[in-house]
Amino acid sequence: MTHPVSLSAIVAAAALFGGLTVAEAQETIFYSTQLRPIEEATKVRDVLLKGLPGKTTYVVDEPPAFAVRMKAETQAGKRTASVVGALHGELQPHVQADLQPIDDVAAKLADRGIPENLMELGKLGTSQQQYIPWMQATYVMVANKQALQYLPEGADVNTLTYAQLQQWAKNIADKTGQRRLGFPAGPTGLMARFFQGYFYPSFTGGVVTPFKSVDAEAGWNAMKELWAVSNPNSTNYNFMQEPLLSGEVWIAWDHIARVKEALALQPDQYVAFPAPAGPKGRGYMPVVAGLAIPKDAPNRAGGVAVIEHMTKPETQLATAAEVGFFPVVKVDLPQDLAPGIKLLAGAVAATQNARDAVVSLLPVGLGAKGGEFNKVYIDTFQRIVLRNEPVKEVLEAQAKVLDTLMKDTGAPCWAPDRPSQGACPVQ
Amino acid sequence: MPARASWIPYALIAPSVVFLGVLFIVPLVQTVWLSVATGDGISLENYQRMAGDLNFSLAVRNTFLLTLVVVPVQVALALAMATMVTKLDKGRDLVLWVLTIPLGISDLAAGLAWLSLLQNTGYLNSALYALGLISGPTGWLSQETPWALFFSIAMAEIWRATAIVLVILIAGLQLIPKEFSEAAEIFGARPWTRFRRITLPLLKPSLQSALILRTVLAFEVFAVVYALGGRNFPVLAGEAYVWQNDNQNYGVAAAYAVLIMTISLAATAVYLRVLRTRPEQLP
Repeated sequence: MTHPVSLSAIVAAAALFGGLTVAEAQETIFYSTQLRPIEEATKVRDVLLKGLPGKTTYVVDEPPAFAVRMKAETQAGKRTASVVGALHGELQPHVQADLQPIDDVAAKLADRGIPENLMELGKLGTSQQQYIPWMQATYVMVANKQALQYLPEGADVNTLTYAQLQQWAKNIADKTGQRRLGFPAGPTGLMARFFQGYFYPSFTGGVVTPFKSVDAEAGWNAMKELWAVSNPNSTNYNFMQEPLLSGEVWIAWDHIARVKEALALQPDQYVAFPAPAGPKGRGYMPVVAGLAIPKDAPNRAGGVAVIEHMTKPETQLATAAEVGFFPVVKVDLPQDLAPGIKLLAGAVAATQNARDAVVSLLPVGLGAKGGEFNKVYIDTFQRIVLRNEPVKEVLEAQAKVLDTLMKDTGAPCWAPDRPSQGACPVQ
Repeated sequence: MPARASWIPYALIAPSVVFLGVLFIVPLVQTVWLSVATGDGISLENYQRMAGDLNFSLAVRNTFLLTLVVVPVQVALALAMATMVTKLDKGRDLVLWVLTIPLGISDLAAGLAWLSLLQNTGYLNSALYALGLISGPTGWLSQETPWALFFSIAMAEIWRATAIVLVILIAGLQLIPKEFSEAAEIFGARPWTRFRRITLPLLKPSLQSALILRTVLAFEVFAVVYALGGRNFPVLAGEAYVWQNDNQNYGVAAAYAVLIMTISLAATAVYLRVLRTRPEQLP
């Protein structure tokens, strides 16, 4: 600190331009793509990070900006963040180049009771721990209570099938004149995850291997029927809570964080329940966010302290209560949860405990090609469902793209596909 | 003195040249490099992927269609508005100020404003419902109503960016000496003839600038389309964004950027040639 004035001027200028700063050595910058909305970020700052010694600054960013910043800082050789929080898939492209292995932290946290399979995901396909699981979520269905009277006879929302969902939405369209089933198929919606984690596992029992199988063909034909009774604005929806709240949509599938607002605002108006089942079971995809330490972190000790703090059982419970993400450690949720979060917790529990559940894990080993992997499913959807191209031909063509992608990355199969030696094959 | 004057202009222009060089030429070269550089040397792989993508031909078609519809309408509207404004005696500044309001609004904000008009629960549907013309919320912006969607985007673009053409044309109109028109009037030329034979030819340099600016911007159209149509209406700049951000493939995104630049340069060259003005034709 030989030039205190100029340094503080630089710090102020950098702060002005929205950048992170390397102010004092003891400050820990926690850089995250999760819990971005101002209410959630405030909860993190004021509640969840409370009790940590030293100064921790919580900074959030959109996922694409996060990816660019991580790479840019590596290239520049100047790291600002000491700990980063992001989804499994968002951390994946940064393995090796931008993240440092944290086997020592994993060893320290051995008594937290984080399930083995989650810790395994945190290795991101390598032999060393790359991130520590932070919190988890999944996708659920939400329906407006007005829709329940149109449920087909004998159908129960908690054990719904795709055929029943189609009939239900058709009943609504016939009776009310409006198609009120909605999907988040907009530009920033999570529709790709619907196909990878729900549709394919339910209809084919796999994601990659049976991509163009007879089962997949039958599934896409069912999807076309489902789309015919879905709101045509679905290709504009990004967060289903908005059309749910406006009444434009009565039945929706989405990530719990993206329907939470509707449930929190009007808990009496909605029901939440598991996604439907297909011929091969009830596909579902757990979402895992992790905490990692970037290469050359300016304050590694501070970063480790943040990870230890965020994975404490009491912090995990507070996270569920305050922001609606569920614990990765084994704890029982308290009874006094907010009604909206209680609804979500119920649907998540019903999904996880469903007898026909088929767990579909997040793609592993795709590296920076995760975006193009999503594109395969979205392109297939566009061509078959939106442009009405012949199912078989489209599946043949897209299967080639998928096969090339798998061979380029050498990614082995992940559940529910059968384990493979080498790149996951497309049959 | 003359010896000293010779370097002064260069010294004065140097900062902007350096500025452009650092912040424009260097990224441009980098983008071109990014679009042709692949794992093993230089290849056109990214361009092949771009051209083979399912949205590519649609994006090209939509971008050109939008430009072909929007730019002529904007120029015609701006010409009419500019002629009217210059004829005003009172309240000219106020009218001009109101007409140029859209200029001060960011394009994404303009897109969102139009979205609130046109979405299912928007003002248009409320008005139509109140008039008894529709029985419930009607979608105008879905992929099932491509023409309504195209019309909405074209309307929003026309509303948003006519003002920039207007400003350029008004400046041009003010440069034309009144004497020409007065002389023609004395010889009995009617307003339409005067407009066609005097105003329009003398306005050519301004028209050229306005057309170049608007066409180049029309080929880059993005935010309004993104707000209203999302992925339902692929355009070139939107595809570049999707490849960069969603697909995380910077090479193909760069190929799109280079394509947009090539189209813009070609359009500029055409305008420079077709609307060329010889010095003796200037007012």
